[in-house]
Amino acid sequence: MDTKRADTVATPRRFPLREVILFAAVLVAVLGVYAAMGPAYSTRMLVEAACYAILALGLTIQWGYAGQFNAGVMGFVALGGFCAMLFSFPVNPDFWESELPGELGLALFYMVAAVLVVVGATRLDRLGVPKKLRTVIAIVLGVVLYLVVVNAFRGVTDQIESRAGFIGGLGLPVGVGWIVGGALAGGVGYFIGRVCLGLRSDYLAIATLGIAEIIKAFFKNSDWLTRGTATVSPLPWPVPGPAEVGFTLARALYFSVTAVMIAVIFFLLSRAYHAPWGRMIRAIRDNEISAAAMGKDINKRRLEIFVLGCILMGIGGAALASFNSMFDPQGYLPLNHTFLVLVMVILGGPGNNLGTIFGAVAVYIIWIMSGPLALFLMELVVTFGEGAFGWEAPTNMDSRALQARVFVIGLLITLVLRYAPKGLLPEKVRHHG
Amino acid sequence: MNELVFFINNVVIAGSVSGSIYAIGAVGVTLIFSIMRFAHFAHGDMMTFGAFMVLLLTTAFPGAGAAFGVPAALVLLPLAMVLTALLAVSIDKAFYKPLRAHGVKPIVMVIGSLGVTLMLQGLIRLFAGTSGQSLYVDDRKEIFRLALPFEGVRAPVVITEPQLYLFVITLLAVVGLHLFLNRSRLGKAMRAMSDNPDLAQASGINTNTIVAVTWVIAGGLAAIAGTLLSLDVTFKPDLSFFLLLPIFAAAIVGGVGHPYGAVAGGFVVGFAETLAVFNWSVMLRPFRDSLPEWLTQSGNLAFVGTEYKIVVPFFILVVILVWRPTGIFKGKVI
Repeated sequence: MDTKRADTVATPRRFPLREVILFAAVLVAVLGVYAAMGPAYSTRMLVEAACYAILALGLTIQWGYAGQFNAGVMGFVALGGFCAMLFSFPVNPDFWESELPGELGLALFYMVAAVLVVVGATRLDRLGVPKKLRTVIAIVLGVVLYLVVVNAFRGVTDQIESRAGFIGGLGLPVGVGWIVGGALAGGVGYFIGRVCLGLRSDYLAIATLGIAEIIKAFFKNSDWLTRGTATVSPLPWPVPGPAEVGFTLARALYFSVTAVMIAVIFFLLSRAYHAPWGRMIRAIRDNEISAAAMGKDINKRRLEIFVLGCILMGIGGAALASFNSMFDPQGYLPLNHTFLVLVMVILGGPGNNLGTIFGAVAVYIIWIMSGPLALFLMELVVTFGEGAFGWEAPTNMDSRALQARVFVIGLLITLVLRYAPKGLLPEKVRHHG
Repeated sequence: MNELVFFINNVVIAGSVSGSIYAIGAVGVTLIFSIMRFAHFAHGDMMTFGAFMVLLLTTAFPGAGAAFGVPAALVLLPLAMVLTALLAVSIDKAFYKPLRAHGVKPIVMVIGSLGVTLMLQGLIRLFAGTSGQSLYVDDRKEIFRLALPFEGVRAPVVITEPQLYLFVITLLAVVGLHLFLNRSRLGKAMRAMSDNPDLAQASGINTNTIVAVTWVIAGGLAAIAGTLLSLDVTFKPDLSFFLLLPIFAAAIVGGVGHPYGAVAGGFVVGFAETLAVFNWSVMLRPFRDSLPEWLTQSGNLAFVGTEYKIVVPFFILVVILVWRPTGIFKGKVI
């Protein structure tokens, strides 16, 4: 903010009243939760809100900075969580002391070799093979080698499941898993971005929605890798755990780790936003034709920002999984991990990092508190119905009450888009003279 | 020959069933896209809503089908179609029209439709619970076993009653849509608007009417697809989530904004799915003696397991986006 350039028309400095009021309201809400639910519960809520803030920052640079809509946040969160599990979980000696790692390595080697052969086949036309023949050769080779590799994998993974349970972790420090989780999410994001970013923006939404479901299906059904529905727990923490220093202190320590991460990410993002690179990104978002006319490489910039957002989501997802101390592929739900983050971003203010963090904390508090509230309201309706009309309530009222939250999230999205499309803390557009 | 029957049961019939449902769904998506220029994510839940309406109506009037000799659900389907069409029009009035009036980018409309998806899902689950229910309340599901007149064929071709209705209704819907788009004034106006909205408006076409008609058609088709799918299996509130990706893949494969392409795309995706999960080692069995041992020994030659079925539409989507983003029939927008 203090970088005053000569070409910046000085906007009159005003007291940031709106920000102060909104953050004060959040502070009051947090204090209220502390008073009502006790410190251990409330600190847990704060840590989760902080993890969600990292996810929301990832989405805000995709949607707010660049106007790309990622409908599959859940997939990248799951990837991050998986890496946190794989790297930090203790080593499984049953697996590593058998000959299975070698066989798994061999299967992986087959896979790489098959990919190389198929890619090589697609380049055959450079050796003078007619293009049509090349396509046929590549497709046939691809199908056959795919079947061979899949069968090799099936054999090894069945062996692993029956003899060692699952491959276990690597027993490395937690931070390694978080970084690799970010990298893996970024890699998948790169693949999706390469396919979709040159096309209409709707296609990106469809493709990310699909990849998220695929990632979840993969983790859910790969028992040899993730123990599937049996879940993997407990995952180690990067800070002393509750067993050593007590719940509240351990969670407070964890919170300080995530707070430092948010501060670093926030600082770097603000620098990037005000840098020429950030201006270019916004120029592309606001008018891509004129940005292209200025000689900017639109698709490359878009890919950069999409991958960056995915990396942040991976890191946030890893932090979330480590904190929950459990990797449960079935626990990844589009509602909790995609649409909640979306609401945080569009309510807080897409493109405004401070607004996004505000949105993340505020929406998460509302979300956590809405569960008991929905149950209470449902209870009220049922008692009223029984008293007034003699209505017999269905037995599964609890699960139905929670479905009401789905409705509220949907309503919130449509209302915000309609009445506050820029969010509660809108992005400040500075005019350059 | 038994292997052939197995193939017919598991690929030809199953593929046509899911293909028809994807086709009807994709036609709705593609019509909305060609008129309003956004990907309508709430389409899957409109299907679920239609099926849910049928479920409510059949529970209320379980004997309605007896007079016609068909399942009650089928008799009450037109009523459910009307209700779903009403829902579609009122959703448009309440949520999409204000956004359109603001002149937002199409992607904001997409997010709005995701909001509508969640609202519909929440409502349906609130009222229907989360477990599956059969649409055959009072009727019995007929299963036809056709024995083939050949030597040594023991397994019959199995086809169920709702599947037959599904084929007939799909055919009727496609022919009806074709006649509507090509013969009626309204249909021609729709095509004009999909080609160039400004020009259509300038030549005196009431675009508001066209938008409403599009929603009516899309809602009606969604109700048909949802009901027929629920008749074939069971009604589940989270039906839509598994349908969304195949339907969009079908619409894009056929060329977005291209109704006939959407029908073709639906069958492409449907057959691709069943072919991918089909265990090909069954087909190799008759040639067991002439094939190398390693090929026949591997028990499972399916491309993907059933649990990874969703990979197939995604794979098709990626291939078509890389190789030919306009779709096989050259849709208009990329």
